Amino acid sequence: MNTELFFIPFFPLAGFIMLALAGKRLPKRVVASIGAGSVGLSALLASATGIRFLLAPPQGQVLSLTLWDWMQVGGTTVSVSFLLDPLSLIMVLVITVVGFLIHLYATQFMEHDEGYSRFFAYMNLFVFAMLVLVLADNLVVLYLGWEGVGLCSYLLIGFWYADPANGRAARKAFIVTRVGDTAMAIGLFLLFSHLGTLNINELMIAAPARWPVGADTAVLAAALLLGGAVGKSAQLPLQVWLPDAMAGPTPVSALIHAATMVTAGVYLVARTHVLFELAPPVQAAVAVIGAATLLIAGLSALAQRDIKRVLAYSTISQIGYMFLALGVGAWSAAMFHFMTHAFFKALLFLGAGVVILAQHEEHDMFRMGGLRDKLPATFWTFLVGAASLSAVPLVTAGFYSKDLILWHAWSAPRGGAALWAAGLAGAFITSLYTFRMVFLTFFGESKTGISFKPGRAMTVPLMLLAGLSIIGGFVELPETLGNLPLFSRFLNPVLPAGPASSPEGVSEFFLQLDASFASLAGIGVAWVLYVLRPAFVVKLTAVPAVESARKFWLAGGDFDALYNRLFVRPFVRLAEMSKRDFIDSGYTGIADLSSAANHLLSRTQTGNIRWYAMGIALGAAVFLAIVVVLSP
Amino acid sequence: MEHGLILAAILFGLGLAGVLVRRNIIFMLMSVEIMLNAAGLAFIAAGARWGAVDGQVMFIFILTMAAAEVSVGLALVLQMYHSFRTLDTDKVSTMKG
Repeated sequence: MNTELFFIPFFPLAGFIMLALAGKRLPKRVVASIGAGSVGLSALLASATGIRFLLAPPQGQVLSLTLWDWMQVGGTTVSVSFLLDPLSLIMVLVITVVGFLIHLYATQFMEHDEGYSRFFAYMNLFVFAMLVLVLADNLVVLYLGWEGVGLCSYLLIGFWYADPANGRAARKAFIVTRVGDTAMAIGLFLLFSHLGTLNINELMIAAPARWPVGADTAVLAAALLLGGAVGKSAQLPLQVWLPDAMAGPTPVSALIHAATMVTAGVYLVARTHVLFELAPPVQAAVAVIGAATLLIAGLSALAQRDIKRVLAYSTISQIGYMFLALGVGAWSAAMFHFMTHAFFKALLFLGAGVVILAQHEEHDMFRMGGLRDKLPATFWTFLVGAASLSAVPLVTAGFYSKDLILWHAWSAPRGGAALWAAGLAGAFITSLYTFRMVFLTFFGESKTGISFKPGRAMTVPLMLLAGLSIIGGFVELPETLGNLPLFSRFLNPVLPAGPASSPEGVSEFFLQLDASFASLAGIGVAWVLYVLRPAFVVKLTAVPAVESARKFWLAGGDFDALYNRLFVRPFVRLAEMSKRDFIDSGYTGIADLSSAANHLLSRTQTGNIRWYAMGIALGAAVFLAIVVVLSP
Repeated sequence: MEHGLILAAILFGLGLAGVLVRRNIIFMLMSVEIMLNAAGLAFIAAGARWGAVDGQVMFIFILTMAAAEVSVGLALVLQMYHSFRTLDTDKVSTMKG
C-alpha cells in the first residue's frame, strides 16, 4: 500500500475541514499554523516520496493507490484511485512546495483581514482539489479535482465580496471556464462511449489500438479536451477571465492564477498526449493557439498600468509558450517551462504583493518608483524573478526552459520558422514589459513613502523562490551547454522524449544566440525608454495612432467588447424576449389570480364584530335552507 | 308544542337582531343571553312533546354554559373598558381591513 498518496491530499483537506468548522473561534496564530502547516506537511511528504522515487524507483515508475469504488455504471467501475508517476510527481512537488511558500507568505499578508480563517480554509481546499486533479488515475476523478479548483478560484477571486466588482470578476472567471469545462465533459462522454473506459492509462493504450492517426472521432475527442484546457489555462479564445481574476488577494493570484491552476490545461494535454498525437490537426491548433496567445497577451501586458494585470497577461503569455511546446510535441519542454514558470511567476506576484502593500494598496505602476532602496529584499528577489521571466541567458531558469521550447518550435517536424519567430518576438516583448515593470516600480524617483516593511514570513518565501528561479533551470541543460537532460530523462517513462530534430538547418547554438539577443534587447529597450528617456514615451503616446493602439491593448485586444457584442448582448436580448412568453403568462396568471382573491377576502376582515356576527348568522341560515330544500 | 317553538323562534330572532343592531357590548351580551334562552326553550318544548327527559338535561347544560359565558364575557367587557374607555364595539376595531 502506498499510503503516502492518501496523506498528501489528506492534510490540506483536514486543514480545510478544521478551519471551516472552527476557524472563527481559533486565534490567528492557530489558524495560520493549521493553514500553512497542513500544506507544509504535504510538501514534506511529497519531497520524501520524490526522494524515494529517485533513489529506488518503484516498479514501472508508478505508485498507485485505490481508495474505494466510487460508482459502478454499465459494467465499468469508477474508483477513487490515485496514481503517482514522474509527471504527476513534478506537479505534486510544485503544488505543495510553492503552495507552502505562498501560504507562509499569506500568514503575514492577510494578517489584518477579517476573513483570515476563511482565506486559509479556501486555500487549503484549493490545494486539496489541485492534488486530486494531478493524482487522479481516471478522468472522472480528474474532472472532480478540475471542478474543485474552479470552485476555489471562484471563491477566492470574490474573496472580498463586499465590492460588487470582485463578485462580477469571480462570476466571469467561473462562467468563462465553464464554457471550456462543458466541452471537456462532452469529450469525456465521447471517449467513454467509444472506448468504454475512463482510466487514463487504459485510454492511452486503447485509443491508438482503436483509431488510426487522424481518425475523425480522435480529432473530435482531442478538440473537446483542448476546449477544457483552453478555458482553464486562459488561452485564446477564452483568455478574458484571467486579467479580471486579479481582483482576488495577491497570494491567490500567485498560487491559483500563476503557479498551479491555470497550468492544469497544460497538464491535461500532456497527460493525454497520446490522444493528441492521434489528431494532428488539433495538435497543430494547440501550437497556433499558443503562439497567437503569447503574442496577444504579451502586447497587452505592454500597455497595462496595473502591476498585477501586467503579471496576469504575462502568465497568459507564458502559458502560451507551454501550449506552443505541447503543439510541436515537446511534451517535457512544456512541463519544464511549467515548473520554472511556477517558481518565478509566484515570486513576481508575491513581490508585487509587497509593493502594493507598501504603497498603500496602489496598483498603478506610474505612481510608484524608487522602491529599490526602501524594499531591498523585495527588489533583489523581484529582479531575479524578472530576469528569469525575461530569460536572461545562462544564469536563469527561464532561459533554459524557454530556449528549449524555441529550439523545439524550430526543429520539430511539427514546428517551423513561423512558430519559432512568434516565440522569439514573444521573448523580446516579454523582457520589454517585464523590465518596464521593474524600472517603473523600483527605479526613478520615489513618489510616495512606504507604509509597510515585509517581515520574515514574507521575505523567506521570496528568497527561496528566487533561489529556485535560478537553480530550477540547471536540471535540464541543452546539448550545447553541458547536455544534461535530467528533467526529460526523468519524465521519459510518461512523456516520450522531445521530437526528433531535423538534421539540416541551423544549429541549436545559433538559435540560442538569437533568443539571448531578443531577451537582452528587450531589457535594453526598456532601459532606454523608461530610465534614460522617459520623455520620449510621453511624446510617443501623444501620437494618436500610438495612443489608440495603447487603448486597444490596454483592454487586452478588446476581446471583452467583442464577446459582449457577440454573446452577452444577444443572450440578454433573447432572455428579455422569452421573459414574457405564453407559458410564463400561464404561471404568472395563476399568481395574479390568487393575489386578487387574497385582496378580495382580506376586505372582509374588517375587525367589526357585528359584521362577523352577521356573517355567521347568514351562513347558518344558508346552510339551514340547503338542508331543508335538499332533505326528501 | 308549536306555540313553544314559535315563541322560541321569535325570541331567537329578537336576540339575533339585538346582536346585529346594538353597538354597546353589554346589550350585545344580553341579546346573546336571549338567544341562548330561546334555544333552551326549544329544547324544553321538544322534550315535553316526546315525553323525553333529554330536553331538560340539555337546558341545564345551556344554563351552566350561559353562566360561564357571562362571567368570561363580563371580565372581557371590563378589560375592554379599561383599555379603550368605551363600550362601543365599532370603535375598538383596530384592524385596517
